[in-house]
Amino acid sequence: MRLEPREKPSLLITIAYPALAVLAVFVFAGFLVSLSGANPFSVFGLVLKGAAGSQFALFETLTRATPLIFTGLAAAVAFRAKLWNIGAEAQLYMGAVATVVFGTGLLPLPSPVLIPILLIVATLAGALTLLGPAFLKVRFGVDEVVTTLLLNFIVILFVSLLLEGPLKDPMGMGWPQTKKVIAEAQLPKLIQGKRLHFGFILALVAAVAVWVINTRTALGYEMKAVGFNPRASRFAGMKVDRVMLKTALLSGGLAGLAGLSEVSGLKGNLTLDLSPGFGYAGIVVAMLALLHPLGVVAAAIFVAGIFVGADAMSRSAQVPSYIAQVMVASALLAMVTAVMFTRYRLRWK
Amino acid sequence: MDALELLFSASLWAAAIRIASPLIFATLGELISERAGVLNLGIEGIMTVGAFAGWFTVYQGGDLWLGVLVAALAGSAFGLLHAILVVPLGLSQHVTGIGITLFAASLTYYTYRLAFPEVTSPPKIEPFQPWAVPVLSDIPFFGEALFRQTPLTYLAFIAAGLVGWFLYRTPAGLAVRTAGENPAAVEAQGIDVTKVRILAVVAGSALMGIGGAFLTLSAFNSFYFEMVNGRGWIAIALVVFGSWRPGKALLGALLFAAFDAYQLRLQQLAGAFVPYQIFLMLPYALSILALIIMSRRASYPRALMIPYRKGER
Repeated sequence: MRLEPREKPSLLITIAYPALAVLAVFVFAGFLVSLSGANPFSVFGLVLKGAAGSQFALFETLTRATPLIFTGLAAAVAFRAKLWNIGAEAQLYMGAVATVVFGTGLLPLPSPVLIPILLIVATLAGALTLLGPAFLKVRFGVDEVVTTLLLNFIVILFVSLLLEGPLKDPMGMGWPQTKKVIAEAQLPKLIQGKRLHFGFILALVAAVAVWVINTRTALGYEMKAVGFNPRASRFAGMKVDRVMLKTALLSGGLAGLAGLSEVSGLKGNLTLDLSPGFGYAGIVVAMLALLHPLGVVAAAIFVAGIFVGADAMSRSAQVPSYIAQVMVASALLAMVTAVMFTRYRLRWK
Repeated sequence: MDALELLFSASLWAAAIRIASPLIFATLGELISERAGVLNLGIEGIMTVGAFAGWFTVYQGGDLWLGVLVAALAGSAFGLLHAILVVPLGLSQHVTGIGITLFAASLTYYTYRLAFPEVTSPPKIEPFQPWAVPVLSDIPFFGEALFRQTPLTYLAFIAAGLVGWFLYRTPAGLAVRTAGENPAAVEAQGIDVTKVRILAVVAGSALMGIGGAFLTLSAFNSFYFEMVNGRGWIAIALVVFGSWRPGKALLGALLFAAFDAYQLRLQQLAGAFVPYQIFLMLPYALSILALIIMSRRASYPRALMIPYRKGER
């Protein structure tokens, strides 16, 4: 058995295989749902209704998609340069920490000044969090997968320390949470009375910006070249290490913005459950989007829809909402396999 | 008791060996896989599966050792999935591994919730009890530290010896090592590289499954969410720290666990002055530090993470 590259994959195959992958995910999830005794079709119906069945549901899905767009972009940018940033969770939390440090009254400034400042500090906080592992990678050859993963645990503990110490809300009745950000630090809601906020627009702008960087700038070209073949890139005169560090700053910064967006746009303060794994889900989003920044938006909405829909479904049907995580994880595996088969064919010999 | 006295208490070292046990299984599992040239980032999820599968078997009335066996089988099933995706199909080992971890963990949590829709306190089992080795357990200090452990701990040390013997003293072990260094040379011997690598990943994943089961069958008596808590990632760091050698990896795991046991006790001593989170961070920080120190001397298996395609150079 061996793999043979396809000369030119037909359009049919490039569409049909990923579609088959999505179908396979639903068949598998349907099987799991049937184990609980529920009817898979009615359960998927409830998921769809919960994700997109009403105006409320749609807004809820877009709200949930917002941090996933940021973390999805963070993974997409890094993976394209083969910088394996698995630490978006940590970078998100550090962005959130920066937001509450500067946004809870330290800087009494009007919104048009304060919000840009918060954008900068949250980006920097996320960027610097990934700069460490990236530096260790280029300087000492330490595998960034392990360091970014371990850093997730360290940062969560660090946040917990802050929430019980220096950043603890004195009026919080003893709960480990920070003060709310001041009104000037809040991102406006897009529609009065809805949870969807300006962070969603920021996420869309970020996606377009990454797309422009990827396709129209020297850095975008260098990141792609370094990811494709670092040795050839070095031979062509690129400063590979420096490209890696720039990629890390960009990727970490994007994940940091997810933290700002969740705090300033949605939650108002920082708690330990700010992110239910947005950093990890961002990896799935990026892979489903085939690392394309605009595809990230679509993939984030799809993944958010599954999460929001499954939450709504589990309230009425007796199916654990963990089905959403299973679907998202199996979608990742199914999609990378499907994409591989659009590029190679299997020869039995 | 002051900080120095602590170091010489047998109970500290007994705890260290207990803490090391799941890490030894997991590190050995990852080591076999990486020696064959395959990075297995599915480890964290595979340990979660093993922890649940082993515990659930016993909860359903199975024997403890049957639980260990089921954990190994469940672990190897997910290892097989990882192996098929990355060895013959050549998918990215990073992305697939993370995918396997997410997949295995979420599937475990789904199954747990399916089996126990609403539990206020987690259901418990009767776990492995310590077994004092006759004669040896009566030796002062060492007896208490080493020879009054649960059977799974003894198994961890036996496994380390077996893996070392297998890798360095058997033809199959040579094939595994060569598959990770120079796969073309394995092919030249008429051995199928794909098969060697798949088997190595599957066997390694069985060990990871047992490592997970140690948590539910020996260290605790119940299954909790997030109970693996980064031990898989630490095991990956320990493989590097041990320079891909079973003996050094075993020492690394013991050193790490001794440190962990020590910080747990220091925490009680100095907890009033230093926030407890600082202590909890130490194991992860220590792993990163170990990676940095060892990175200069790290000699990766040369074909690690490089898919092998017959006839390609």
